[in-house]
Parts: sequence; C-alpha cells; structure tokens
Amino acid sequence: MIETILSGDRPRSRVLAGLLLALLAALALAPLVFPGTRPLDVAAKVCVFVLLAASYDLLLGYTGIVSFAHTMFFGIGGYGVAIALSRMEPGWGAIALGTAAAVAVALALSFVIGLFSLRVKAIFFAMITLAVASFFAILASQLSGFTGGEDGLTFKVPEILRARRVAYYFVFSVSLVLFLALLRIVNSPFGRVLLSIRENEFRSEALGYRTVIYRTLANCLGAVVAALAGVLYALWLRYTGPNTTLDFAIMIDILLMVVIGGMGTMYGAAIGAAIFVVAQTYLQEAMQSLSGALKGMPLLPELFHPDRWLLWLGILFVLSVYYFPRGIVGQLRARTP
Amino acid sequence: MSRIDWKPLLLALVVLLGALLLVQNPSTWLTLTIAGLAMGLLIFLMASGLTLVFGLMDVMNFAHGLFITTGAYVAASVMRRLAGPAEAESLLANLGAVVPAVLAAMAVAGLLGFFFERVIVRPVYGQHLKQILITTGGMIVAEQLIVAFWGPEQMALERPRALRGAFIVGEMALEKYRLAAVVVGLAVFAAMLVLLNRTRIGLLIRAGVENREMVEAMGYRIRRLFVAVFVAGSALAGLGGALWGMYERNFTVQVGAHMMVLIFIVIIIGGLGSVGGCFAASLLVGLVANYVGYLSPKIALGSNILLMVLVLLWRPQGLYPVGRQ
Repeated sequence: MIETILSGDRPRSRVLAGLLLALLAALALAPLVFPGTRPLDVAAKVCVFVLLAASYDLLLGYTGIVSFAHTMFFGIGGYGVAIALSRMEPGWGAIALGTAAAVAVALALSFVIGLFSLRVKAIFFAMITLAVASFFAILASQLSGFTGGEDGLTFKVPEILRARRVAYYFVFSVSLVLFLALLRIVNSPFGRVLLSIRENEFRSEALGYRTVIYRTLANCLGAVVAALAGVLYALWLRYTGPNTTLDFAIMIDILLMVVIGGMGTMYGAAIGAAIFVVAQTYLQEAMQSLSGALKGMPLLPELFHPDRWLLWLGILFVLSVYYFPRGIVGQLRARTP
Repeated sequence: MSRIDWKPLLLALVVLLGALLLVQNPSTWLTLTIAGLAMGLLIFLMASGLTLVFGLMDVMNFAHGLFITTGAYVAASVMRRLAGPAEAESLLANLGAVVPAVLAAMAVAGLLGFFFERVIVRPVYGQHLKQILITTGGMIVAEQLIVAFWGPEQMALERPRALRGAFIVGEMALEKYRLAAVVVGLAVFAAMLVLLNRTRIGLLIRAGVENREMVEAMGYRIRRLFVAVFVAGSALAGLGGALWGMYERNFTVQVGAHMMVLIFIVIIIGGLGSVGGCFAASLLVGLVANYVGYLSPKIALGSNILLMVLVLLWRPQGLYPVGRQ
C-alpha cells in the first residue's frame, strides 16, 4: 500500500522517514494543533512551496537543466485564477476556467522555450529563461489594466473557501496529491530516461532516446505543476501580485530549497521547502535578538540584521553545492547502509 | 577568420535606416541614435569580459552582475568624497574626480574578480550545472554583503558638472554624458581590438577560444591567461557599472542583476564567446531599445526579447558563432 503510494521510492533512511512523517503530520494537523492565523499561513505556504520546489526539482535534480523561469509559471497560475475570479462570479467555474487558461499558457510557453533553447547547452537554457522571466515580470507590472500592475489583484473566492480551515485543507490535499503524482512520474520509465539524460546525455541519445523531446516534456510538466502551485497560492492568499509570484527573489528561494534539501530526490525538495519557509519566518526573529545583542560592535550587527537572513542561507547554499551536493536527503541516505 | 562576415553589420545598417524612415524627424533620430550607441557601448563594456571568459574556459559566470554593482557603488563612494572637484567649473578638475572614481571602481571590481575566480569558480570547472548554481549563490551572498556595507538605501551617483546638460545644435539636443560614454566605449573597444589582434597575449586568447587543448599542448599555461582575462573582464564590468551608475544617476544593489538580463541577451545574440559578435549585438540592442522606446513605448520591453528570437531564428548560434572543437 505505502509502496504504491510512494511509487516504490522509499525514504531509505530512518531519520528521513521520521522527518517526512513529522512534516506530514504537522501539515495535516496544523489547523487543529497550532492556534492563530500565522502558523496556518506558514503551513499553507509550506504546502505550496513543497509542491513548487518539487516541480523545480523535476528540472534541476532529475533532468539536470537550470531554469530561471519557474516563478514565471508560478505567476501565470496565480494571475490566471486571479484574473478569472476578479472578472467573473467567484465560483468554481471561474477557478476552473482560470486554471485551465493558466495551464494552457504555461504549457505553450514552456514548450516554445524548450524547443528553442534545450537543443543547445544547459547554460543557454538558463540564460534564455532568465531573460524571458524578467521580461514577463516587467510585462505583468506594466499591463496594469489586466494584472493590476504593482498593486496586484485582490479577489473573492467561492463561499466555501472563505473558511480558513477549509481553504487550508483544500491547499494541503491538492498539494499532497500533486506531490505524489510527481513522485510517480520520476519513478516511472520516463523518469529513468530523465535521470539517464542528466548523467550522460550523449549515451542516452546513442541508446535511441530523443533527449530534446524528453527534456522539453520535463520542462512542460514542471511548468504545469508550477502553474497549479500558483493557483493554490493565489486561492490561499486571495491575492496575486508581482511580489508574491514573479519576484526574482522567489526564484532564488526555490533554488535554495531544492539545493539545500537535496537535488534529485522529491523528498529533498519537500524537506528543503519546509526548512526554508520556517527559517524565513522564524530565523528573522532569532537574528533580531542576536543583532540587538551585538550592538556596538563594528559591522557585526549589520551582518546579523534581520533583513540579512538571505546572506546566511546563501552561504549555506554555496557550501552545500561544494560539500554536500546531494543535500540533506543525500547526507541522510548516505549514512544508512 | 580571414574574411569579415558583413551580414550582421548590414543588419545594423538596416536598423539605422529603418528607424530613420519610421522616426522621420532626422534630429530626433540622431538624438535617439546617440542614446542607443551610448547604451550599447556601455553594455558592451560590461558584457565583453563575460563572453571572453565563456569562450576561453567554458565558464558562465551568473554573478558577473556583481562586478557591475560593485563598480557603481565604489564609484559613488569615491565621487561623494570628491564632490569639490566634481562641482568645479573646469573640465580638468571634473576629470580629477571622475578618473579616480572610475579607476577605483575598476581596481576593486578586478580584485573582487580575482578572489571570485579563486574561491567560487575554480573548483567547478567543466561542470555547467554547478557553475550556474555556485555563481548564483555567490551573487546572493555578495549582494547581501554589499547591502551590509553600504546600507539598503538607493545610491546616488551624480555626473560631474562638465558632463551635465546637452549641446544644442540647431534643433538637436546632444546629451554630453552620452557623447562621453560613446567616446569611452569606442576607445575601450579599439584598445581591445588592438590587444586581441596585434599582441602575443591576444593571439593566445584568440587561439584559446578556438581550441583550448591545442594551446595547452603547445606549452602555454592557459589557466594563467584565463585568470588574467577574468580579472580584466571584471574590471571592465566595474568600469561599465561606474559609467552606468552615472548614466542612471540613482541605483540600488539590484543594478547588476538587472543589467545581467540585457547582457545575457547580448551574449546570446552575438554568439557565445565572440567579442565581435558581442560588440555588434550590444549596439543592436542599445539602438533597438531606444528606437522602439520612442516609437511605441508599450512594446519597448519586449523588443530585446523579440530581437533575440529573430536573430536566433536566422542564426541559431548567434550572429558570429565561435568555432569550437
């Protein structure tokens, strides 16, 4: 049973299994155990970003391509549902329409970008996605009649989703299902081909797999799941704006999550996203007190200023690329024989 | 390359003349052209080092924007201390403020490039995925450090007095600073051409871009050459950053990251690793951005992406593809 749900991809480490169970339990029981709106917000954000990071890992960890346009697809999902809900009656029909439109746009765009740039080198793809994504972000803030510009769009959600707990469980269950679907994909024969492309593109091509097609498919899949994550996040926040979806800082966040958690394992993305979101929320408070304690010393208070938390996560990121390229999950798995 | 490939240059000419037809007013056209050339040449300063580094060692540095930011910040700090000469009436006194500022920007950016190559780039040769990740990580850390040192506020970098305002010739307003940027950009490009085409080091660099292993087999230490190119490229990015800072007047720590988008477009259009292509592409991007910005501001943002797509449809490897082994 569990074997089927996890698609045969067991955690393969007791500690990792424990962590994942704890994460799942915390997310499943969050509305019941932790009172207040803030923990619920954090929990919903963790759900969405686990999904987003997992879909990014499909590209980075499994296929070995670096995309900087993942937030663009995340944003397309968010804006799709936001535009539909703010212009139509707030009902499931509008959500379905917005989601369908967003998925279609994400699919078309990722297909074109993939066909254009995945033929050549990984670096080429990274550069082109960076350019396209930044263009898209500017476009979204310029077309203010359509997207609300810098202010973004605030909208009403269907009656049933207005109860926070119901909305939370909606986000949680959709994220969980999509996460398991991704797990299924990477453990399928298709996923094996992706891994082989990552390990040795030339050999995979020689074995008869059209690597361009596989990479483009992976790119499209990642884009669609990212768009769906965007839909979920928009429905949770009841708001979509450049700062919650398209900002390059979010792209960096996703990159950090996947690399610190562990590239090439869906569980790594989950662990990384959970740690990152919690750190983002609570590390700043810890740094606040540390910065206060260091007051009077040269430069140190500046380095521990709460706004500098990204500095420390960046250092962690660089160190983990050098010394633990398999991330937390890889480390845990290496310990268990 | 024995023969020069004229088609991309023809393309630039078509863009120039086409814009003249569309703009119609010659004096507006000239103003736009100078603005475009100035922007293009500044982009070229920043992009040339990156494309050479890629051509030579197959290293793509996603943190190149860091050197631009550093250059702009250092120049702003120096200029603030030299406010006296910068505000003086005479051009000579102004130069006394600008030259130290620019030199300091280049020196600090070059030094930073040296350390960056040592610490960040050296361990990940030949691994593209790790290069992208590690240099992006380096960029995050360095950006945060810059904010820790200089503070998160917007930086102001005022132009020296002699370079403010514009020459008025008939109906035309020729902004002084843009003309100066064109002069500096062309001078650097000329110096680079001489270095690459007329000196022994340049010969080795060009040979290294064409075929690295062969140069190594001849007994040259291409690693040292690479460090030199990396440092020089960083210094040029610092120069470009300082000049761009004066061009924009106000900037934040994001300035480098924003420029990186244009720089990547330029490098892709020009052909990865090609200095000539980088030059042509920089001018094209600068000109197109200014013309389209005037003709229809709505689509100005997409014009560079559109340009890139069109060029890639025409020549998938960029304007001047570099022959690789």
